[in-house]
Amino acid sequence: MISFQSVGKTFARAAAPALRDVSLHIAQGEVFGVIGQSGAGKSTLIRLINGLERPSSGLVVTDGEDVGALDPASLRALRRRVGMIFQHFNLLSSMTVAANVAFPLKVAGVPAREIDARVAELLARVGLTDHARKYPAQLSGGQKQRVGIARALASGPKILLCDEATSALDPQTTEQILDLLGELNRELGLTIVLITHEMEVIRRVCHRVAVLDAGEVVESGDVAEVFLHPRHPVTRRLVADAAGLAGGAPAGALRLTFRGEATYEPILGRIARDTGVDYSILGGRIDRIREEPYGQLLVALVGGDVALARQRLEAAGVRVEEA
Amino acid sequence: MFANINWADIGQATLDTLVMLAGSLGFSVLLGLPLGVVLFLTGRGRLLANRPAHAALSFAVNVLRSVPFVILLIVMIPLTMLLVGTSLGVAGAIPPLVVGAAPFYARLVETALREVDPGVVEAGQAMGATPRQIVFGVLLPEALPGIVAGATVTAIALVSYTAMAGVVGAGGLGDLAIRFGYQRFQTDVMVVTVVLLLVLVQGLQWAGDRLVIKLSRR
Repeated sequence: MISFQSVGKTFARAAAPALRDVSLHIAQGEVFGVIGQSGAGKSTLIRLINGLERPSSGLVVTDGEDVGALDPASLRALRRRVGMIFQHFNLLSSMTVAANVAFPLKVAGVPAREIDARVAELLARVGLTDHARKYPAQLSGGQKQRVGIARALASGPKILLCDEATSALDPQTTEQILDLLGELNRELGLTIVLITHEMEVIRRVCHRVAVLDAGEVVESGDVAEVFLHPRHPVTRRLVADAAGLAGGAPAGALRLTFRGEATYEPILGRIARDTGVDYSILGGRIDRIREEPYGQLLVALVGGDVALARQRLEAAGVRVEEA
Repeated sequence: MFANINWADIGQATLDTLVMLAGSLGFSVLLGLPLGVVLFLTGRGRLLANRPAHAALSFAVNVLRSVPFVILLIVMIPLTMLLVGTSLGVAGAIPPLVVGAAPFYARLVETALREVDPGVVEAGQAMGATPRQIVFGVLLPEALPGIVAGATVTAIALVSYTAMAGVVGAGGLGDLAIRFGYQRFQTDVMVVTVVLLLVLVQGLQWAGDRLVIKLSRR
C-alpha cells in the first residue's frame, strides 16, 4: 500500500539530513506505527506519504503512485484518497463541526445535496451527532480529534495518516481515540500509519512498528517482538519507560516473557516447586499487546536447580533472557 | 457661543466626509484585500512563494506608504483627472484616498493572514484542496476577524486623511476645521467639527469591535 525505497530527505539550511536511507513496506489493512524521539524524523516521514514533503532521494510509493513525481493535480487526487489527522487537530475555528467535516467533500466537488447526509453519517460514526452545530472552541480535545477523524474519513480514504494524533490528549482520551482507530481499521479495512513518541500507543493498536532514530530506521518488525524483546538501545529505552522494567536489575536476574494463554497459567509457581527453586519478583507487567495477552517478569532465582528451572520454563513456552 | 456656526455648512461637510469615507473605504478594501492576499501568498514558505513577485509588490506598497498624504494628493492630480474627470471636490479626493489607504490595508490583511495557524492550511493541503480553495475556504474565513479589524483601523485612518483632502477642495469636516476653525480663529467651528469627527471615529471603532467579536469563534 505504501512503500519507501531508500528514501532520503534533506532540508535546505539543515546540518544533518532529516531522513537517511529509509526503506519500509506498509501492507494494506495494517496499523503501522513509527516511533522515535522528537527530532528523529517522524513528521517528515509521514508527510512524505501524502506529498506534503518530497523526497530528496529514493522513492515513495503510495497506493501505486510515485509521490515525488506527481504533478499538482494528480497529487491532489492522491491526497483525497489519504486522510490525515494532526496533533493539534487543525480544525477550522471559524466553522461549525458539521462544516469542518463537509469541507473536504466540498473540496472534492461532492454535490451539496449529498453532503448533509454524508456528514451526518460521519458524525454518527465518531459519536458526535449532538455536536454538529458547535464550534471547535466549544469542544474538548478528544471531541476535536473525533471531528478531525470524521473530516479525514469524509472523502472515503483507503489510508489514514495520524501525526502524533494523541500526543495532546490525556491518557483516558488517548485510549478512546486509539480504540476508535482500531475499530476503523477492522471495520473499514483502513490502512493506518501513525507516528508517536509513546510506546503505549504502539502497543495498543499497531500490528507492526518501525523505530526511528536520527533519521534512520534502527529496528522494525512485529509489535510484540519489538516491544518484548527490543534490541537497539533507543528501542530499549522507549520500551523501558513503558514496561515498568526500568531501573537496574541485579546480577543474575532473568526476564521471563509469557505470551498468549500461557500468561494466565501458574507456570512459574509449578516449576519452582518441582525444582526446589525460590524466586523473587523484581518487577513486571501483565497486559495486552493489541488483543494478545502477555506477561513479562523480572525475577531472581535462588537455590535448587536453577539450570533445570530455566530448561523447564523454556519447555513450557516461556522466553528466558538474562536481564 | 456658537455665533460663527452655519449648521447647513456643518451638515454639508459631515455628508461630504461620510461620502468620501464610504467611497474610499470601499475601494481601499476592494483593492487592498486582494493585494494583501497576494502579498501573503507570495511570501517565503507560503502557498505560492515567489521571491521576485513578493519583493516587487512589497516595494511598491512601501513606496506608496512612505509618500506623505498631502504630497500624494498633489502628485496624483493627473491620474485623478484621468480616473474621475476632475481633481476637485469629493470625487477628486477619492482616488488619492484610495491610493493612500489601500497599501496600508493590504499590509493589515497580510498580517491577519499570517496569524492563521499554518496547521490549518496544511490540513487543507492534505485534503487535496487547490490553492484557490485554501484561500477562499481556509485563509479568508479564518482571518476574517483580523481582516475586519484592519478595515476598522483603515476607516479611522481615512477619517484623518479626509481632513487633508481640503487641499483639493474636497470639503468635509476636517476642511471646515482648518479653514474656519484655524485660519479664521473661529474656535466654536473647530470644537463642533472635532466633536463630530470624534463621534465618527468612536462609532467606527465601536461598530468594528462589535463585528470582530461576533465573527470570532475562538
